[in-house]
Amino acid sequence: MIVIVKYNAGNVQSVQNAIARLGYESVITDNPELLKAADKVIFPGVGEASTAMHYLKERELDLLIPKLKNPVLGICLGMQLLCAYSEEGDTKCLGVFDNQVKRFPAQDIVPQMGWNNFTSVSSPLFKGISKEDDVYFVHSYYATITKNTVAESDYILPFSAALQKDNFYATQFHPEKSASVGNTILKNFLEL
Amino acid sequence: MLKKRIIPCLDIQDGRTVKGVNFLDIRDAGDPIELAKRYVKEGADELVFLDITATVEKRKTLVELVTKIAKEINIPFTVGGGINSVEDVAALVKAGADKVSINSAAVKNPDLISAIAKRFGSQCLVVAIDTKFEDNDWWVYTHGGRNKTTLKTVAWAQEIERLGGGEILLTSMNSDGTKDGFSIDVTQKVSEAISLPVIASGGAGSEKHFKEVFEQTKATGGLAASIFHFNEIPIPVLKDYLSKNNISVRK
Repeated sequence: MIVIVKYNAGNVQSVQNAIARLGYESVITDNPELLKAADKVIFPGVGEASTAMHYLKERELDLLIPKLKNPVLGICLGMQLLCAYSEEGDTKCLGVFDNQVKRFPAQDIVPQMGWNNFTSVSSPLFKGISKEDDVYFVHSYYATITKNTVAESDYILPFSAALQKDNFYATQFHPEKSASVGNTILKNFLEL
Repeated sequence: MLKKRIIPCLDIQDGRTVKGVNFLDIRDAGDPIELAKRYVKEGADELVFLDITATVEKRKTLVELVTKIAKEINIPFTVGGGINSVEDVAALVKAGADKVSINSAAVKNPDLISAIAKRFGSQCLVVAIDTKFEDNDWWVYTHGGRNKTTLKTVAWAQEIERLGGGEILLTSMNSDGTKDGFSIDVTQKVSEAISLPVIASGGAGSEKHFKEVFEQTKATGGLAASIFHFNEIPIPVLKDYLSKNNISVRK
């Protein structure tokens, strides 16, 4: 069973639709038992970091998620929440990754909104994907580059397009909205 | 490198795609889902669906259509037309819309911009501006171009940014339907006055028009309807042309 972590806001439906197109069933829930029992957990998210952390804390998911042993995929804000700290709302996050989340300097249009390619990719998540492939980003904050970085991209400055540590995977971009390239990345995760 | 976005717009009436010429004459260009799937296959970067007859009674029909679109489409899409409240947005986002577009309601009640941004995030909110050059300035129009307001376009765009809008969809009424090219002047002024992404709209009639707007303004997207619907410019041909002219697009 694939579990998509439920949020109060944001478009989690599109994640479920993308998974369904790949032939997988999924449930959208914040039930801790279902999260622990899942084959795969997808932790999506759009919105604001401090509000989202507050939501997780109310449900004690802030304690549960970092301890999950099954493969977890954070997407967009989901990835940022798995990092140590976000400048957005001065928010202490889940700390799975030691990366910091910072606001893009205002040297160009912020948010980065649109299709961008990679400057490097590794990790089983990117099997069949090359640096030249484009994926869809929408974000004003970015995760710094550390040893957890498995894909880098460039907008104003180099940033983490994807992270991986143990059973935790995360993408800054939206694979569910990234056409066939995104399908491949989601499929790679679901087949881990 | 971040790519320039090519965005087909589908005007929807009673669940079908239409396109007005100068907002008046309307022709039927088919089934929105089939058309949307064709665009995705051809390499469209995003899609915009504008319900041009959205009324309270029709709202449910639109939500049903959005649900179907979201199941079929794996690129981002925006839904607009007749959105008046946070509840309207909630219904569309729940159905699977990535972004919503508001226009007249934002002019009437600018606080709606902040309210939507706060609940769904700025990235979810496109504010559409219909603008017309008259009496030596660009003025904001509402209600599908029927009502002139006292707002000047650049000042309104700055206000939208301040209130938390995420993106501006800028349609020049002087150019819309003419196929004589985007209005470079107003697109330049607006895109340089704010730091939000601006989508240029109205007037695209050839590949060259997209090149001009991307070279001469800071717009990050170009939107058009009929030239794509009737396959006058196939998206792959347009992207190939832009790429050969050193404008970075997604292949």
